[in-house]
Amino acid sequence: MKGRHPNEDTKRSRDMTEERPVPEGRELAGHGIGRRGVLRLLGLGAIGAAPLAVMPPILRTALGGKEVRSPEKAARTKDGRIRQWTMIIDLRYCDGCQSQEAPPRCTAACIEGHFAPEPMEWIEVFEGELPGGGTQFIPTPCQQCQNPPCVNVCPVAATFSTPEGTVLIDQNRCIGCRICMAACPYDRRFFNWGKAPIPPESLLIDYSAEHQVPAKRGTVMKCDFCPDMARTGTLPYCVQACPQDAIYYGDLEEDIATNGKGLVAASRFLTENQAYRLKEDFGTKPRVYYIAGHGEAAGRDPYTKDRLPTTWPWTERVKGAKTWSR
Amino acid sequence: MALDRTGKGGEDVESLGRAGGSPLEGTGPLEGRGPAAEGPLSRLERAALAPVTGTSRWYYLWVAFLLMVIAWGVYAYSRQLQDGLIVTGMRDRISWGLYITTFVFFIGISHAGTLISAILRVSQARWRTPITRMAEFITVVALACGALFVIIDLGRPDRVLNVVVYGRWQSPIIWDVLAITTYLTASIAYLFLPMIPDLALFRDRLAGRVSRWRISLYDLLSVRWRGTPSQWRSMGAAITTAMILIIPIAVSVHTVVSWIFAMTLRVPWNSTIFGAFFVAGAIFSGVATLIIVMAILRKVYHLEEYITEKHFVYLGYLLAAFTLIMLYGNISEFLTAGYKLEEGEEFHFRQLFLESYAGFYWFYALGGLVLPGVLILMPWTRNIWGVVAAAVLVDLAMWVERYFIVITGLRVPLMPYEPASYSPTWVEWSVMAAGFALFALLITLFVKVFPIIAVWEVAEDLESAEFAPAAGRLPSGAAPEPAGGAGR
Repeated sequence: MKGRHPNEDTKRSRDMTEERPVPEGRELAGHGIGRRGVLRLLGLGAIGAAPLAVMPPILRTALGGKEVRSPEKAARTKDGRIRQWTMIIDLRYCDGCQSQEAPPRCTAACIEGHFAPEPMEWIEVFEGELPGGGTQFIPTPCQQCQNPPCVNVCPVAATFSTPEGTVLIDQNRCIGCRICMAACPYDRRFFNWGKAPIPPESLLIDYSAEHQVPAKRGTVMKCDFCPDMARTGTLPYCVQACPQDAIYYGDLEEDIATNGKGLVAASRFLTENQAYRLKEDFGTKPRVYYIAGHGEAAGRDPYTKDRLPTTWPWTERVKGAKTWSR
Repeated sequence: MALDRTGKGGEDVESLGRAGGSPLEGTGPLEGRGPAAEGPLSRLERAALAPVTGTSRWYYLWVAFLLMVIAWGVYAYSRQLQDGLIVTGMRDRISWGLYITTFVFFIGISHAGTLISAILRVSQARWRTPITRMAEFITVVALACGALFVIIDLGRPDRVLNVVVYGRWQSPIIWDVLAITTYLTASIAYLFLPMIPDLALFRDRLAGRVSRWRISLYDLLSVRWRGTPSQWRSMGAAITTAMILIIPIAVSVHTVVSWIFAMTLRVPWNSTIFGAFFVAGAIFSGVATLIIVMAILRKVYHLEEYITEKHFVYLGYLLAAFTLIMLYGNISEFLTAGYKLEEGEEFHFRQLFLESYAGFYWFYALGGLVLPGVLILMPWTRNIWGVVAAAVLVDLAMWVERYFIVITGLRVPLMPYEPASYSPTWVEWSVMAAGFALFALLITLFVKVFPIIAVWEVAEDLESAEFAPAAGRLPSGAAPEPAGGAGR
């Protein structure tokens, strides 16, 4: 079709080109901005972008948002050093509560203490395979990493590291994007998919990031290492509940740990028992240490498999709450 | 001649346009033509105006259908707002699903505009002109729809502002927010700038034929365009700046989208190639989407004269080139991991190639990479139908790829537990369908209001083609640029 133009047409467009100085202008268009122009544009852009840096603080003030960190002061030793909480789990003593003929007591106590919604097991007792076909039980709380992948990826600092070396979540800030769950290599984060199935009395408790009660829909939860209890000299629920005293809680700064029965010097205890950490090659630097074993000190035969499944004692639930599965 | 158009009615503007005395009043290459002259340029003008002036019954039916799908999706989402994400199939161990898949897919197809428009503009490939506007619009709409899905996926959409208030630049999510908002802004600018002369044309030609608010809209958006040399120069400079800026922005966008995954310690996502692979996949699916949209609009609005088989075949070649790039990416990605078969990779390879997700993977690899390539490279299917079929396959396959990347990545067990399973619920399917309906609706409405063909650019081409020795064929890249094209 382009070949069949009436001459008139051709002529007209030629005329048009001659008449108007427009095309020359456009020809130059690509070079319309000189170096100076670009610099000026960049300068203007920088001035224009400058307010962006001060926007968030202004918005925070305007919206009345608080900087939520560990609400209480960090726990300190007598001479003022900040305590560095740690947990040592002696797998030689952990039989998954097979001998108790009960679901793992640490998990149960944690659930009751924190009103943890079903199906969250903040400290979960996994059954790992051993070479040769036997199994070992591995109670797994949040590993309280010192290079925490979850904290690194959180877009709003809702999950954060504390001076005591633990990781907490502020459920009043969490937006529920769940990137921390994708980032955690230990499967230790839990989401409130619906209205949490928890007893109504938990709703009366004042919320704190160190206790995470009551649960808030659409936010992430996990083991908080019970720093509020530790500060007042109480051991975490899981440590208290362990019938075999397999879990030690302590302070690396003062080099001390206890399972509620005895005291150990944490560093010597770890060294002498060749302690290890989970997925150490990821470089997450967990604060939870393990001493290898399969419950032999509790008299467990590694070929007796399976533990009893965890139950949630909440018979009374919040109206309209439904449970969900992992 | 200083004309102040503000405050003047449409009639005034029209009468000035009709008078056609001074070239400065015109709207580019089209000015000064009486309605009687049925040359190619006025045919072009008629084709460009046709969607805006005439509306068929089918159009209303189509819009009604889309609105119904959207309304259903809104209902589904309201259920999600009420009960929480429990209404979805996502759970702790597979904590992302259809929403994130759709988000990644939409951000992917948003690369249509950049590639076709900016890259072809930079390389001065002139055949692009009739399809740039569509490509640019797909970009803007896809970005808006994609961004929506991140918010839909949030557990606490009421706190979405926390991203601004407490945003940490260390988080990949914030990189995404920054990159996508920048890209959206730049894309809107890049859509708008070359549209100004066409908006002025609409303002002048449609006065009295469409409702008054539409004319005021065109009047407002055409920013007093009169086609003066200084205006052409400013616009050219602005377009040049925008097209160069938008390419790195577009690349960054899909790179950081992939980094949402690659910045985690999940075995299948732990890949250095992820960013590049995602960008390639994005352009791949973007071109495919453009081909589909192009084919539909061409049919519906009879644009056969401007969007020819050549456009399909050229874009088909691009698609074929990208099938090779994607195949290379697959080999590069899976061979380096599969050769060593670290812990976790073995599970991943089994689920992807042999077990639960094998159907998805092999559909993607064979149906989405190999078959489209064959369709385009075989001479007897290298036509509009063949290319469109290839494009449909590619889009389906790329959606499936995003799906299995998200799901299988999360599915690899981290601790000794049984692998979780995920199946989307009706809520997720409904919301996703509504997302695609919104995408279609925005494009449908855009076509009704704005020029879907870059009229002045095509007009320039028509003019230059008159002098080209081989009329009907587009000048090759080596041919000297006609006057007025350099800035574009």
